Amino acid sequence: MVHVPSLSRRAFVFGSVAVAGGVAFGQYGHAEQAPSSAVATNPLTAELGPNSVTFNPWVEISPEKITLIAQHADKGQGVGSIQALMIAEELDLEPGQFEIRFAGPSPAYFNTGFAHELAPFMAADQSPEAEKARAAALEWLRKAGLQMTGGSSAIPDTYEKLRMAGAIARETLKAAAAKRSGVAAADLRTEAGSVILPEGTKIPYVALSADAAKITPVAVAKLREPSQWRFIGKPMERLDIRSKVTGEMKFGIDRTMDGMVYAAVKLNPNKGQPIKSYDASKAQSMPGVQTILKISNGIAVIATNSWYAMQAAEVVDCVWEPSKYPAEQADHWNVVASSFAPRFLGKEWRNDGKIDAGLEDGTLVEAEYRAPYVGHQPLEPLNGIGIVTDRGMEIWVGHQTPQSVQFIAATAIGMKPEQVTFHNEWMGGSFGHRLEFENIRVLAEIANQMRGIPVKLIFSRKEDFLQDIPRQIAMGRYRGSVKDGKIIAADLQVAATAPFKELQARMGAPTKDPDGQLAVGIWNVYYNIPNYRATSFEVQGLSPSTTWRSVGASANGFFTESFIDELMHAAGLDPLMARIEMCKIPIYRKLLETVGEMADWKGPLGSGKGRGVAFVESFGTAVAEIVEVTMTDAGIKIDKVWVAADVGKVVDPVNFENLVQGGVVWGLGHAMNCELTYAKGAVQQTNYNHHEAMRMYQCPVIEVRGLENDYTVRGIGEPPVPPAAPALANAIFAATGKRIREMPFNKFIDFV
Amino acid sequence: MFDITVNGVRHRVDVVPEMPLLWVLRDELGITSPKYGCGIAQCGACTVQVDGAAVRSCQARMADIAGKAITTIEAVGNGKLHPVQEAWIEHQVPQCGYCQTGQIIQAISLLETIPNPTDEDINEVMSGNLCRCGTYERIRVAIHAAAKKIGGI
Repeated sequence: MVHVPSLSRRAFVFGSVAVAGGVAFGQYGHAEQAPSSAVATNPLTAELGPNSVTFNPWVEISPEKITLIAQHADKGQGVGSIQALMIAEELDLEPGQFEIRFAGPSPAYFNTGFAHELAPFMAADQSPEAEKARAAALEWLRKAGLQMTGGSSAIPDTYEKLRMAGAIARETLKAAAAKRSGVAAADLRTEAGSVILPEGTKIPYVALSADAAKITPVAVAKLREPSQWRFIGKPMERLDIRSKVTGEMKFGIDRTMDGMVYAAVKLNPNKGQPIKSYDASKAQSMPGVQTILKISNGIAVIATNSWYAMQAAEVVDCVWEPSKYPAEQADHWNVVASSFAPRFLGKEWRNDGKIDAGLEDGTLVEAEYRAPYVGHQPLEPLNGIGIVTDRGMEIWVGHQTPQSVQFIAATAIGMKPEQVTFHNEWMGGSFGHRLEFENIRVLAEIANQMRGIPVKLIFSRKEDFLQDIPRQIAMGRYRGSVKDGKIIAADLQVAATAPFKELQARMGAPTKDPDGQLAVGIWNVYYNIPNYRATSFEVQGLSPSTTWRSVGASANGFFTESFIDELMHAAGLDPLMARIEMCKIPIYRKLLETVGEMADWKGPLGSGKGRGVAFVESFGTAVAEIVEVTMTDAGIKIDKVWVAADVGKVVDPVNFENLVQGGVVWGLGHAMNCELTYAKGAVQQTNYNHHEAMRMYQCPVIEVRGLENDYTVRGIGEPPVPPAAPALANAIFAATGKRIREMPFNKFIDFV
Repeated sequence: MFDITVNGVRHRVDVVPEMPLLWVLRDELGITSPKYGCGIAQCGACTVQVDGAAVRSCQARMADIAGKAITTIEAVGNGKLHPVQEAWIEHQVPQCGYCQTGQIIQAISLLETIPNPTDEDINEVMSGNLCRCGTYERIRVAIHAAAKKIGGI
């Protein structure tokens, strides 16, 4: 039997997605039976108005307007804009000529962008075996019908299919115009929302909708050449920028509905546990309060105004069922520390060479690293509007997994998922928070008790902190050895709670397979180290945890790139030059060289200044960062950051730069000063003054360069995050000689 | 009952005296551009102008605000875009955008006090406004650009 060690990496997710399709989403059978043509599976067909046409699940044209469907939810990353513009690129529409609507739940919107992440091959692997596995993963995804925004997948998913959606619409509109005018389609052209006849007459698309509806959508074989692009790759104004600057943008929290009531909640801070009893006598008589309801894990106050509801919820006296996980933070760390044991083994992801011999042969370097629980805390708190009737529930909420919203809401109130009608909203941030369901379940329970009345729920910031399912808690125990100026062995062991596996379970698709996210940052490491082992252990019985911007790599990337730095120091190597020299993948080597050029890297700076470098690939996107700091009397000052990221194709350059800068700020800020700690079963941090991350005065200049050497298009939402923390820690070491092996760093050093 | 004037329009609201202006604007008057972020003056998303000064509306009690003139982002440009808003568009500052109405009002206030701020001035005044998406650098650049616009340079 041929031993293929890497094949089982992430392969577990195949099985899980298949289960998800069948059990959680009820779509598997549906997708299987559905004919393969886009028209038959197009969810827009069902609710199409008179004289209107839809060519595919992304384009709808009525006599009044053109609507482009955004299947990926927008939480600030800009996909609400670029998805429509990629369609407009081929459909020849100008900004302002169309409306954007977020997709409802449908397997037609399954995420093809997960294919690479699911296939058990490293990102840079273009072998036939790797491509075959990715194709197989794509088929699983198609059958599962899972519609999800996440994993930095929006652009990889939509880059081709949305342009094709636009091209099919364009050619079909031309066919309709040809039929009407008697001119051959080949002699027609399109521009700015119209088909144009050879003599110059313009027929607006909206005027062709009824005719186009009568013909079969035209098959288009070829997409336009990049040289013909008007939008893609060029500086664009995001379509949502103006409304966000004028205050017109309506986020989920801004929606109102006639006859609605306002709800606030107080929930058991011992996550996952129910309420035992409560006394609402004081709250009952407070201004604006209409009623107080018991729900499974707490109470809800219904009032005439959100503030009245929050004030009253605060004073309801609740008795909680205690936590199942340890009440005190120190015990969480003790559990993590005791999880480096065979019975907690997730998986040995890599075992190259002879690790034991390698460690014995040379100078041993050992280090232990820690990454705490961290909150997501997007600025728009969790919220939603729901109305339950005997027929079902209708819900308006910003979420990344529409089908899971249906599943969670329906399960909470004893309905079927198809009885839940979901409407997505523009989101004021997520960072992984809006992949979870705390607000969904609670809103369903409240609305179910208020049948027929729209209920608007807003979590207070305190409640949002208390219910935030955090980033995994993680510890790395690393050993390595150096000899003759070379790194000859690295044995990376990580013990952490399993964020993605836990999320899958909450989505209704539990799996026993190891969490592939715990492999990221220890498995996909591209340095030439002859003896190399990477192992994950999955910690049991602690706080629930979930995906936090960059997920596994947010902790593992810090551990690994800090440790590589320690090994290089022990071997007497320059941290950038050695990374370049040891990097096995040519395009990644180029990336490291680029970031070095940007920073004009010349080795140690001296006089209290230091530079640190880090390089992490996550979600297929390789990112290298250099951070420069100065040790001042007031503490560490971050002077500048340089970032190079290779995404194959930079689709939306201005937004790309903004996202990279934001990812760096996210990575640095949380590494500097954020953690969530438990006491008496509850998180102790309840507002931003306890969990601040970066503010303006600490923000350095961040210089960004996007490279396009990768062979396929990659995402950029998360990958800039993982290198930021280790690059900062390595810079602090270079400036001060002090190694910081635990986040947040402000436990060990002051920042300006 | 309290009287307040928002963007030149007078309103009468029936709320308790301690209700913060933020919730009067959002839930009583349906003006949703000031955002609820933290409720304790830690994030600045709720910032509005009260008699011309930038104020955290989550901390301003109705009893203290009555009779004063409130301006929200909708009216800062007197019917057109304010130069700070123009700069915000030109430099594509927002990501999720939730904090940006508060950032813009704070920036307008900064430029009224210090027409040509240094980076240090900007850091000083703007650090009370949190941006979880991390758009700080673009905010800084946009404020410098707006200063030039206003100064007519």
